[in-house]
Amino acid sequence: MAKHKIGVSVNGTGCEAEVESRLLLVHFIRDMLRLTGTHIGCDTTHCGACTVLLDGEPVKSCTVLAVQADGREVMTVEGLEQNGQLHPLQEGFWEKHGLQCGYCTPGMMMTGYALLKSNAKPSEEEIRKAISGNLCRCTGYVNIVKAVQHAAARLR
Amino acid sequence: MIPASFDYHAPKTLSEAVGLLERYRDEAKVLSGGQSLLPLLKLRLGQVAHVVDIGRVPGLEYIKEEGGFLKIGGRTRESTLERSELIRSKYPILADTTAVIADPLVRNLATVGGNLAHGDPANDHPATMLALGAEVVATGPKGERTIPIEKFFIGLFTTALAPDEILTEIKIPIPPPRSGGAYLKLERKVGDFATAASAAQLTLGKNGEVERVGLALTNAGPKPVKANQAERYLKGKQLDDKAIAEAARLASQDCDPTADRRGSVEYKREMARVLSTRALKKAAQRAGGQ
Repeated sequence: MAKHKIGVSVNGTGCEAEVESRLLLVHFIRDMLRLTGTHIGCDTTHCGACTVLLDGEPVKSCTVLAVQADGREVMTVEGLEQNGQLHPLQEGFWEKHGLQCGYCTPGMMMTGYALLKSNAKPSEEEIRKAISGNLCRCTGYVNIVKAVQHAAARLR
Repeated sequence: MIPASFDYHAPKTLSEAVGLLERYRDEAKVLSGGQSLLPLLKLRLGQVAHVVDIGRVPGLEYIKEEGGFLKIGGRTRESTLERSELIRSKYPILADTTAVIADPLVRNLATVGGNLAHGDPANDHPATMLALGAEVVATGPKGERTIPIEKFFIGLFTTALAPDEILTEIKIPIPPPRSGGAYLKLERKVGDFATAASAAQLTLGKNGEVERVGLALTNAGPKPVKANQAERYLKGKQLDDKAIAEAARLASQDCDPTADRRGSVEYKREMARVLSTRALKKAAQRAGGQ
């Protein structure tokens, strides 16, 4: 089947590749770019572990074709840290114990990042609503909400 | 999970997209937001030789009032609908609906046209569009045609769209004054399909009688269910508790749910009744009645 040349900006770096039509964005990110911070959880559009930003908006990268990202911007969890400095969101998850096993964390952070871009001071309810497409089986979400609140305060 | 191989096409214009569908017909599927199609292909519940991605076709994303209609471009994303001030202020039934479709991440890609064209009776927009008396604009090789929503859903995953047609617009008659609507859904968790859900859209007359009513149910049969008996019963009636209770009872008779992990037939029917009661009450409140 036909291959497609794509060019995608990933965490600000231009990446070119030849991909099969059916290649999923998450596999492009993990297997071709070797950016394994983005996780594959349920693989059925439920859990949100694979959440990345596509043109600034959080989407489930297991349910996007790599070719659909051609010419667009992708941001993964690896894009959060800058010059060895943790992003306030990462710091928040550390400080507030926002994770146990860590599987959902990259997705949670990307959703949290997008939320704080559009809403600098979200209420608890707004945070819970925003992360309602990201499942966590460890924390009960309480500390994840606190982590996002920590980041919101730090970013203000 | 990886879909079976297919060829991917990214047409840049609508006519190019229609041309591809005309060429490949049953071999092709339209990719709009991909949030239903891609899971289907990944699970291998469906297979297709050609995916025609309309994501790069301009002019399919808009929400506007024009010529007596609310017009929604077929590829308008749920998140756009959710954020629209026009929708929030004038079409609360649509705001109710879009807010309970899947989850916020899915809504960043999922489209209104896709939600209808997929033909899944478990999707949420079909009932709402039935209640609103919407029309669907299909664009094919011979141009546009308009399909009333009641004629759009043929059966499970089957719509009136021809293989070479794309759902390009949804047209909703702008409701007159004293109108209101509501969509209420019972779901086990965020992102689940409805155990039961009810869409009600009302227009009240000067004396509070029901001038127009649309009532429809989600996931209550092999296709989206319009509660015809309940609608007939309500027309011209004063909307008191008794009338609402009887209409909701009739609606629960109008539907034909199947038992699954979400509940038994009896439970779903009962939930359809309860949600129809609440949806009608909320619609009446929003219409400015009691």
